[in-house]
Amino acid sequence: MSKLTALEITNLHAGYGETEILKGINISVEPSQTVAIIGPNGAGKSTVIKSVLGLLNVISGSISMNGVDIVGIAPDKAVRQGISYVPQTHNVFPNLSVTENLEMGAWTRKYGIAERIDEMFDLFPDLKTKRNKIAGSLSGGQRQMVAMAKALMVEAKIMLLDEPTAGLSPKFQAQIFKTVKKINENGIPILLVEQNAKQALEIADKGYVLVDGANKVEGTGQDLINDRNVARMFLGSKD
Amino acid sequence: MDMLIGYSLYAISLLTVGGIYAILALGLNIQWGYAGLFNVGIAGFAAIGAYTFALMTTAPSSYHFGGLDLPLPLAIFCAMILSGLVAFFIGLICIRLRSDYLAISTIGIAEIIKLFLKNETELTNGPRGINKIPRVWEHLTEERFYTKSPMSWFNDAQGWEQFFDSLPIWWWQPFFCATILLIVYVIYKLLETAQRSPWGRMMTAIRENENAAHAAGKDVTRRRIEAFVIGAMVMGLAGAVLSQHLRLIDPTNTFDPSKMTFLVWVMLIAGGSGNNRGAIFGAFLVWTIWSASEIFINSGLHIFGEMISSMDISLLKTRAGYLRMVVIGLLLQYILQKYPDGIMPESRPVPSGIKL
Amino acid sequence: MWETFGFEFVNFYLIPGLVLGCIYALGAIGITLTFSILRFANFAHGEVMMIGGYFTWTAMVLSNDLFGIPLHPIIAAIPAVMLAIALFILVDRYFYKPFRSAPAIRVVMASFGMMLVIRSFVQAVWGPNQLTFVPGIAKPNELVKNLTASVDMMILVPNKHFWIIAGTIVIMLALSWLLTKTKIGKGMRAVSDSPELAKVSGIDVEVIVKATWCVGGFCAVAAGVFLAMDLQMLETTMGFRMLLPMFAAAILGGIGRPFGAVVGGLVIGLAEELSVYPWLGDGSLISPGYKTGVAFTIMVIMLVVRPSGLFKGRLF
Ligand SMILES: Nc1ncnc2c1ncn2[C@@H]1O[C@H](COP(=O)(O)OP(=O)(O)O)[C@@H](O)[C@H]1O
Ligand SMILES: [Mg+2]
Repeated sequence: MSKLTALEITNLHAGYGETEILKGINISVEPSQTVAIIGPNGAGKSTVIKSVLGLLNVISGSISMNGVDIVGIAPDKAVRQGISYVPQTHNVFPNLSVTENLEMGAWTRKYGIAERIDEMFDLFPDLKTKRNKIAGSLSGGQRQMVAMAKALMVEAKIMLLDEPTAGLSPKFQAQIFKTVKKINENGIPILLVEQNAKQALEIADKGYVLVDGANKVEGTGQDLINDRNVARMFLGSKD
Repeated sequence: MDMLIGYSLYAISLLTVGGIYAILALGLNIQWGYAGLFNVGIAGFAAIGAYTFALMTTAPSSYHFGGLDLPLPLAIFCAMILSGLVAFFIGLICIRLRSDYLAISTIGIAEIIKLFLKNETELTNGPRGINKIPRVWEHLTEERFYTKSPMSWFNDAQGWEQFFDSLPIWWWQPFFCATILLIVYVIYKLLETAQRSPWGRMMTAIRENENAAHAAGKDVTRRRIEAFVIGAMVMGLAGAVLSQHLRLIDPTNTFDPSKMTFLVWVMLIAGGSGNNRGAIFGAFLVWTIWSASEIFINSGLHIFGEMISSMDISLLKTRAGYLRMVVIGLLLQYILQKYPDGIMPESRPVPSGIKL
Repeated sequence: MWETFGFEFVNFYLIPGLVLGCIYALGAIGITLTFSILRFANFAHGEVMMIGGYFTWTAMVLSNDLFGIPLHPIIAAIPAVMLAIALFILVDRYFYKPFRSAPAIRVVMASFGMMLVIRSFVQAVWGPNQLTFVPGIAKPNELVKNLTASVDMMILVPNKHFWIIAGTIVIMLALSWLLTKTKIGKGMRAVSDSPELAKVSGIDVEVIVKATWCVGGFCAVAAGVFLAMDLQMLETTMGFRMLLPMFAAAILGGIGRPFGAVVGGLVIGLAEELSVYPWLGDGSLISPGYKTGVAFTIMVIMLVVRPSGLFKGRLF
């Protein structure tokens, strides 16, 4: 079991309708790893994640999860297979309460829902007092936590996070990164798309830089942080 | 010989009504085919045109407003203007919103128009409707027309009377039909020109990618209102012609909101929306099927009635008429699913759908 | 005071307005749910209401003729509800589902077609003429009449109006329980909030769609039967006549807000009836012939002023 790669994307070509956005992407996430994808806006980072979920047209290439091919799977089936996905935007049900959002995340779960909800409130203590509030009324940071907690309600075999810290205050950003690390330590492999490249690479075992729908650079988190080109492009001009 | 005339007259009447529907379908094509606007109030706009024309051209009557004695073309023009004004009002309110809202509003406005026509009895004679609407060409045989200029320049009343008596009673039918077909042709030509003009290309751009058109700084709302108004004006024109064909119009039966609107939609979708030729072809085709099926069903029922003498066919006839609607409705569903582009698809390539 | 003003106002305007409002409310619930969950304005909704009335009538006649058991319309409505739901689900399966990923207007068009198909079908089967639903004149409830008369505020309510109002309240409570306490109900709200997120949360949207037709069909038949009870007759055009007020109620309440639709329905029902009350002097405020235009007017004003409705519904 342990030898199987949690998520393996090989030579993936995919796009919206006829337009090809991804032109041969290779990414692998080993069990218990946190893998970060960074890259400029429009590079196709979200598109990679959506391909895994079966949300768009895969032209060629393979995607497998623990050795099982999942190309072209329907999104709800993908979730049943244990993919926990937090979209970049619109990632909570704004008119449902926090608890109801978590319950919706647990749609495919047969038992242990109440316990799992309690676990989530332990992981995100801020949400506990807001449990009966409508998700749409929360702050951006709290909404992001609801989104992550909701996604974790499935029996996750892997978690896909699309820019979880975008638009948040530094305080919340730090908190989100800390939680991501904790989730990973609890045994869930993570594929993380981030704009805050430095922080993401710091917690990542491995990183990929995507440019224009193709792999540009890859390496361990620390390698990438030390890479001059990467540093100039994504880590601010301090270096 | 008589039979030949009979068949010809039937063909002429098919062409006449088919032509009127073709005008309606062309009007709808501007709205739906060009601009993607979903109008289910066609009967309402046709009713405005029909009543405007009727009230402006009928002889004085104690039942309704009238006696203006306006020239027929002027009345047709007014019919178009009024229909366009109502469309403008609706367009201002709902064209910004998604098409569903426009659909609801147009069905609503058709109802309001019907209410108005039914209730303003002083003006419209209410539910009893308006009779003796002058029909172009045939109207020449009316005394009030041949005793006035310009007809009176050529002959006196008696002369005209004798002249018309010498003609077969159906003399005007080919002329009326030809006039309608000419109108269809002229509208068709105008629309083809418009479609190829910058205006038409912009309409297509808007319909196919509204966001991109917005981004390109095009005034999308304004263009769509234009298409909606022009389409409604054409429908008003069709209404005016229809009122001539029928000579008697009333708010409920003539402009049955669902039946007329529905037939026009079937015609446009079957023919091919976005394609003016398709719209015209669809109108004639569906109208022919529609009226032929009536004859077919009725004669079938007659044979049936002969066999079982105790049967009351008139009851069956109305029921069969409704069954015909069911069949036409299912036909629309079939075409929508299997041939969404109709018999004559629009020639422009349409970008494929995008998931999510 | 009661004699000169209240008696007439309450008995002849307010109560009929409430009753009509209940009927609109029930119909609008289905419209607003379909609009927000399936994302289209279902033009066939009124026709399902109407055919529900005809099914109920048939059940009543059959039971009476075959077994000699006269059924109350509310009992006879049970098989009608099942048939109507089956009809909704079949129509969805064969006529709406093929358009799920097509532009929304295609399915609106399909529903417009179904509106005519269903109505013409009813006209072909049951005939185009009116049918008597419940014969006789509805007498006011004696108990209420005497009780209220004893405090000099006589209220005349026939039993049918009690059934309608009480039935609406019960359905409302049941709906509220369904939407806030059950998994499927919460799922309906979730899909209405965001179908894309629902899909990637593993929610089986097709199950939710079926549930929506069940709820919508149930409320539609209830509305149809209540309307038939109120009018005491059936007409093939009654569904179409309800369509505009129901759309107006759904828009007024905000699309995707079932309780907004209820408020909207009550407002429109009351507005229609109260619009003919002689507010200024002797004549009715607007000519009774234009009563049915009130809903349209309210809807148009709403679309101009606040298209998302009173309760901030979805705007597409
Ligand atoms: N729904 C869509 N339809 C068509 N093109 C899209 C869609 N979403 C994104 N794109 C295009 O795909 C490319 C990659 O987008 P995305 O994966 O969102 O980038 P990133 O997440 O890296 O910023 C962009 O050029 C974008 O314009
Ligand atoms: Mg992105």
